[in-house]
Parts: sequence; C-alpha cells; structure tokens
Amino acid sequence: MISGTFHTSYRSDMALRRTWLERLRLGLFIAFVLAFPFLVGKKPYPIFLMNQIGIATIGAIGLNILVGYTGQISLGQGAFMAVGAYTAGILTARFGVPWWLTIPIAALVTAAIGAVFGIPSLRLKGLYLAIATLAAQEIIIWVVTHWEAVTGGVDALVVPPPMLGSLRMNTDFRFYWIIWALAGVTALLTANLFRTRYGRAFIAIRDQDIAAEVMGVNVFAYKLLAFAVSSFFVGVTGALIAHYRGIVTWERFTIDVSVLYLAMIIIGGLGSISGSLFGAAFMTLLPALLTNLGRSLRGVFPAMDEFIPYLQQASFGLVIILFLILEPEGLKKIWDDIKNYFALWPFSY
Amino acid sequence: MPLQLRGFRHPLNGSTLEPGQTQLRVENIHLAFGGVGALAGVSLEVRQSEILAIIGPNGAGKTSLLNSISGLYHPQKGRIVFYNHGREYELTRMKPHQIAAAGVARSFQNIELFRHMTVLDNLMSGAHVHMRAGLFSSLFYWGPAQREQIAFRDFIEDIIDLLEIPAIRYKKVGALAYGLQKRVELGRALAMRPALLLLDEPMAGMNTEEKEDMARFILDVNEEHGVTIVLIEHDMGVVMDISDRVVVLNFGRKIAEGTPEEVSKNPAVIEAYLGH
Repeated sequence: MISGTFHTSYRSDMALRRTWLERLRLGLFIAFVLAFPFLVGKKPYPIFLMNQIGIATIGAIGLNILVGYTGQISLGQGAFMAVGAYTAGILTARFGVPWWLTIPIAALVTAAIGAVFGIPSLRLKGLYLAIATLAAQEIIIWVVTHWEAVTGGVDALVVPPPMLGSLRMNTDFRFYWIIWALAGVTALLTANLFRTRYGRAFIAIRDQDIAAEVMGVNVFAYKLLAFAVSSFFVGVTGALIAHYRGIVTWERFTIDVSVLYLAMIIIGGLGSISGSLFGAAFMTLLPALLTNLGRSLRGVFPAMDEFIPYLQQASFGLVIILFLILEPEGLKKIWDDIKNYFALWPFSY
Repeated sequence: MPLQLRGFRHPLNGSTLEPGQTQLRVENIHLAFGGVGALAGVSLEVRQSEILAIIGPNGAGKTSLLNSISGLYHPQKGRIVFYNHGREYELTRMKPHQIAAAGVARSFQNIELFRHMTVLDNLMSGAHVHMRAGLFSSLFYWGPAQREQIAFRDFIEDIIDLLEIPAIRYKKVGALAYGLQKRVELGRALAMRPALLLLDEPMAGMNTEEKEDMARFILDVNEEHGVTIVLIEHDMGVVMDISDRVVVLNFGRKIAEGTPEEVSKNPAVIEAYLGH
C-alpha cells in the first residue's frame, strides 16, 4: 500500500512522515485523541486514565531520550519527577507564580539538576552509572523530605488549583487538553531532535562511544546534554502531576516510580517515541484492567476474595515477564511487524 | 536549466595545505602501558596528498601509532604536530573530538559503526563537526536547522555515489555484510571532510574483489580529492600498489621508510618479516 511514493527533494525525503499512509495514521491518532473525551461521553474515569497515559508518555519519552537513545541507564526518574513537581508546586503555592508559567520553569530547573547528576556518567557506564543515579534518587528524595522550610518535609504540599480566568483547569476533562497538547509537543520536539546532529550524537554515544568521540562528538558534553534534555521533559511530567493532583507528596516519586518508568520504556520499545506511548499506555491500562477484572471476579469465587489483590500483582508481573520473553524489543516491534506486513499488502509474500 | 551531472559536486578534502607540504609530524614518541612498551621513539612525517602505508608484524605498534594521532592514547614522550587552517595543532595535547574538528578522520580495525543507525544516519553523523545549528532550532527543526540538514544530505549523497552504496542507504548498518560495513565506515570518515584520513586495515578480512573495490575508493579519494591518507595494511600487494611511501615498524621502532620498492629491498624489513 505504501509503494509508489517518489520523493523529488531531500526535504520531502527527510520529512518525519514520508508517505501518505504514515500521515494518515498520525492524523487518525490525533483525531482519536481529540475525539476521545466525547466518545466516552465526558465520563471522568476513562478520561482520567487517558490523562495518566498522557502524563506517563511525556515522562517515558524523557527517560527514553536518556536510556533508550543515549544508552545511559538511569534509576533517578522518580526523583527528577519530584524536582519538577516540587518546583511547580512551591512556585505556585508559596510565590503565587501562575501555574502555566511554572511548567517551563520546573522543566528548566529539573534539566539543570539532571545535568548535575549526570556528571558521574563521565566515568561510569552501564550498571555502575545506574547505581550512581540510584544515589541521585535517594539524595533528592532525602533533601525533599528533610528540607522542611521549602518543601514542607514529609507533609503533603497543597497546590492551589490552576485557574484560567474563572475556570478551574484541573478537572479531568479540562486538564486532558493541556496534557495531550504537551505530549504532542514533546513527541514532536523529540522527533526533530533525532534528525539533527544532537540526536545522532546521542545515538552514536550509545552505539559506540569511542567512535563518537573520534568523529568529533564531545562525549561528556553530549552526555550531560542528554541528561538535561531528558530531565527537562521529566520535569514537565512532574509539574503536570503537581497541578493535576493539586497535591505533592514525596511518596509518589520513590524508586518504585523509577523502576516503573524503566519497565514502561523496555516494554514499549527502547529508543522509540511511539514505543514510549505504547509503554505508558500498557503500564497504565494493565493494572486498571486487572483491578476491574478482580472486582468482577469477586462475587464469582467468594473464597478467593482475599487472594485477588495478590493475583493482580502476580499477573502484572507475569505479563511483563512473558512480554520480555516473547517480544524483547517491545510493543514498538509488534507495531512495526504489523506495518511491515501491510506494506506490500495485498501482495505480501 | 542545463543538465547537471551528479557526483563530486562537493570537495571532500578539508586541508588548506598545498600538495607536498608537511601535514603531520610525529616527533620521537614513546608510549608504554605500564611496563609494556608499545612505541619507542617513533618519528615520521606525512605530506599533503600522499598515501603513506604503515606496515609491520603483529604487535609492532601500528595501531598504537594511529591511536596516538587520533588522541585515544597519550604518549609519555614526544609530540605530534598537525598543520591545517594555517595553524599548528599539537595533537598530543588535544582531546579526540578536538582532533576531529582539526581535520583528522579515521576508521577502525574492528568496525566501530553505529550499528542501530541507518547507513545514511551513520554518514550524516560523520559530518557532526561541521554542523552548526543550535539545540533550540534543532528541537523545532526551524529554518537554519532544516536547511543545514538538507545541505549536508546533498553532500552525503556524493559520498554514497562515490562508494557505490545507494541501494543500502536506508538499511540498518548492523544488518549489512562485512565488506559493506567497511565501506560505510570509510564513508563516515569521509563525511567529516577530512584533511588527513587514517585507515586501520581497511581491507582486513576481504576477498580479492572487495579489496580491489576498496583500493579503488581509496585511490579516488586521494587522487580526485587530494585527501592525505595514512593506512595500515597487511596485504603487501595492496601496499606496494597504492602507497606512495611506506613506513615499517617493528617492536615499536621505525626500521625503514621509503618508496615501496626501496622498502621491499631493505634487509631489516626482510628480516623482520621472514626472520633470520
């Protein structure tokens, strides 16, 4: 179906979407996102789930820039999200900065802190770097819980609701548009980044850092840049969580979150933007699905009631393990296989 | 509009010197790893637009010499001076990425490509040092960033033509055959528009036909574009045919230097290769 496209300029050959089918698919996805709240009749729960997916997508793209594209394993995702969330929360709650302005500020602050904690990547690679970022995770959360004058310590930080005129924006329906607009911008900026020298340098560092250095890439500077760009988007995620939930607590940014996000990008597809979306959707919808399943099973096997929560947890783990065994390259690979199958359809061989 | 012929519209040579001028001077370098000596006082000169072959038995220090030139190893004694852009670069004090920006490109003995990128992206990444668009305009792919990418794509297509690899442009490098990977690696080094090109065994593991192709590409780059080439090679037939001068290393020392004919008659060389 996609044969017969002839590009006559490098400009069109280098476009992000090179064929009409690719453009159609993207158009359909955007139309779906725009229509979704109305398709579900503005019911809060499905929109809430979509909001969770949108927020997680931004964070997953951010983490994927660092881990998937640049090859620097990070266990500090949760803490960097905390930096974004607390920066946005504190600015609004204590200094009255407008909520929309706190999102870019929080992103920049997180980018700066991410770059600082990226310094160990000069000497450390792979698992050793993971341990160094684990230290970042623990240090940042320790600071958050102990710097009571600023963060409120272990107590929750209450963030005043984001207002647009007299409209309270953090209802599920209204915040939906903010989240998905930012998710779209994040995806576009990231896609652009990886068709210029910056993105290529990141991938070069992941694939062959010595060759990258000899090709003229200042590896250390670009690693720090990868930490900064990645943390920028993670900071956006944190800021969105702060304003959406209206409350910031440190428990929401522990090491569990870092691991959850790593699982997201591994299951979705490392080094892929659509994979980040798939992973975010999978890791958000699967627990929700299992919870609903458990609830509906409750009446059927009364004797099993107390085990159902454990079964949910176990099946969550099981699905992830099966996934890694059956499709180690993630949901992105499945999606690519489907696309490739239909590339020559109906004349596939 | 007049018909425009494709191929070689862009110069590949990044040197500002005239042919024959001294481009690189290696001055008495000593390199040791702990107690193991790799180079013991090697000196040599490379002149603009020549092909200089470095030969020698295994462990003679050939790759160590190349790694010292491209800044991956740091000799304990001696200097390496490189002339370009009207300046004198002291390579022994520079970092590899700075040396690349000065105009020294290289390929590796064991292919070190970016395996998950396409051939095109590998070549585009070779032009890294020449790209100027900032992070902000790159994120938005605004005017300058887009124009720059398109301009370099046009340049890269020349290299793709030169190396006869148009059919594999969009292939992932990791999936290519060995001989093609070697070719792409040469292309990536050329994309840097080098003044000096260091090739570490560009024909290792190739069959005769592939070697002929590679020799032709190297000669094209040298003769049509005037790029200076320093290459390490074990195939004596190739070395004798394509190089202008030969330097012979053995146990970290230079034992001979001269034209291929001179070197092949040198008793020290014959002894190093054949033994007593």
